[in-house]
Amino acid sequence: MGDLVWILVSAMVVNNFTLALFLGLCPFMGVSARVSTALRMGAANIFVLIITSTCAWFLNSFILPHAPYLRLISFIVVIASLVQMVEMAIKKLSPTLFRQLGIFLPLITTNCAILGLAIFQTNRGYGFLEGMAFAIGAGLGLTLALVLMASIRESTELADIPDLAKGTALVLIIAGSLSMAFMGFAGLLSSA
Amino acid sequence: MTERTAHTDLIRGIWKENPVLIQMLGLCPALAVTNTVANSLAMGIATFFVLLGSSFLVSLLKKLIPHEVRISTYILIIATFVTVADMSLEAIVPDVHKALGAFIALIVVNCMILGRQEAFASKNSIGRSLLDAVGTGFGFIIALLLMGGFRELLGSGSLLGYSIFGPGFEPWVVMILPPGGFLTLGFLLLILSWWQKRKATDQTGNQQWPDGVKSGGEAA
Amino acid sequence: MTATPPPDAQRPQVKSTKLITTLAVAGMMAGTLIVTVFQKTLPAIEAHKALVLQQAIQTVLSGPERFDTLYVVDEVLTRDAPEVNNPNQLERIFVGYSNGTRTGYAIAAGEPGFQDIIRLMFGYDHTSGEVIGMRVLESKETPGLGDKIEKDSSFVSSFRGIATPITGMKAGTSDEAGELDMITGATISSRAVIKIINNALTRLQPMIEAYEVSQ
Repeated sequence: MGDLVWILVSAMVVNNFTLALFLGLCPFMGVSARVSTALRMGAANIFVLIITSTCAWFLNSFILPHAPYLRLISFIVVIASLVQMVEMAIKKLSPTLFRQLGIFLPLITTNCAILGLAIFQTNRGYGFLEGMAFAIGAGLGLTLALVLMASIRESTELADIPDLAKGTALVLIIAGSLSMAFMGFAGLLSSA
Repeated sequence: MTERTAHTDLIRGIWKENPVLIQMLGLCPALAVTNTVANSLAMGIATFFVLLGSSFLVSLLKKLIPHEVRISTYILIIATFVTVADMSLEAIVPDVHKALGAFIALIVVNCMILGRQEAFASKNSIGRSLLDAVGTGFGFIIALLLMGGFRELLGSGSLLGYSIFGPGFEPWVVMILPPGGFLTLGFLLLILSWWQKRKATDQTGNQQWPDGVKSGGEAA
Repeated sequence: MTATPPPDAQRPQVKSTKLITTLAVAGMMAGTLIVTVFQKTLPAIEAHKALVLQQAIQTVLSGPERFDTLYVVDEVLTRDAPEVNNPNQLERIFVGYSNGTRTGYAIAAGEPGFQDIIRLMFGYDHTSGEVIGMRVLESKETPGLGDKIEKDSSFVSSFRGIATPITGMKAGTSDEAGELDMITGATISSRAVIKIINNALTRLQPMIEAYEVSQ
């Protein structure tokens, strides 16, 4: 149990996917202008990460021991197809939910956070529960980073910022400061 | 194909449409592995190889791939080359492979590569696609080396492992940690837009600097 | 994606058999290429892994003549690898021999440090109950502070011949058996290293004793 909590907190803040591992930067740059969009993007991310973790666990336990060289290809193909199927299912079952989350699903299927999660989970030899904790932690971490970024960007809109720095440069420098702040979480749960 | 277009195909990706610095593609590897020059170079070369191979195959097979399944086929081709690069690096330079870790496999989702297939290789001849891939690949390597050089110089006081500033230098450790990646790229972009702005004003006559511009340039 | 493909309506309908054939052919080509490269590179990759493992064991057991692999199966050490789906998931420890006698056990273990999991290998002398040597295999501790657990040679060498369980002390205050100076500025990382060794021994020591008796 303690291990699961450590995995969750570590993926969420100490080794935050976006701010420490640079995974999922495209949505971080692209969808972080508004807090409400950022929240929905984060929720869609958590959802896909959980599916990914389940897939990766299944492939790792039952198929890949026999064909380790197909790891990358099978991850990509299986995750992309499954997310597409889930997308279709949601569209049929709950149009409201689809309007809220569905439009983000195709965007994040081939995002590096998703594949990154599958690969890290494999390299660290996580089991099913550990994978779940890792996926939820990583998803919450992505959401946290997105929402923080969006709130800061909303407040910089009215600020007097030099023309040169507007746009990506500013986002990167804010991200750098956030990343520095998140370094303070290191050692948070170290059991020693 | 005239010499003029060949030249443009090659040069475009290196500077005017540099994947990292101008188009903001492939940011994940550009930030994650550029804490030393050696890592940046290895990442750049691996990506270059994957880009070249995929562009060649995609433009070779462009007539045979139906429009409906093109993206899946491109991803399959890219994933194959990445797996090959991953295994070859592990066999030839295991230490570099260990340092880059999962980020080699993540070349698959580098949008720069898929972008070149969709935007260029699937529509142009093999020769032009290869030139385009070489240009874009070099552009990527140059951007990574810029980042890596800057971060290693300040963060460890060395270049390629050779000490530059001597033992008296207190390294800016933050530069080789994650925040250093964001800050370095941010400041590189600032310098770049300052430089472009200056070029533009040089051409249109001597305009006065707005206050903010000057301070932004100096901070960089 | 700067290019805009023509709308689908203008294209002739492609039969789904053709789509499936294309993907199948592409998949087969990809598979063939990958398997070829895999078979070509596998010997080199395996050789390097074996070399790294051997170097680590040589360091932490201070140069045994040879070593054997033991598998941890149901809390018992055994020489024979059990049949399982994924052999990489088996826990292994290594026993070193010199002049025909067992000189010590090399144990790999990992636990959270300051930033992320620290993985290390240490040698354990079962007759004296002392650590023979320690080597960090993997860590992401802060450069310049936490990474001293692998780069500070006086810290690494202070594990040589220390009695277990180890107690971490403030730098310069250790004087009794089993006490070890921690690194100033890297207390959490040093404590983590000590804890990894102590915890691994708590778990494995009974198994090692049982194995010694059975030999």
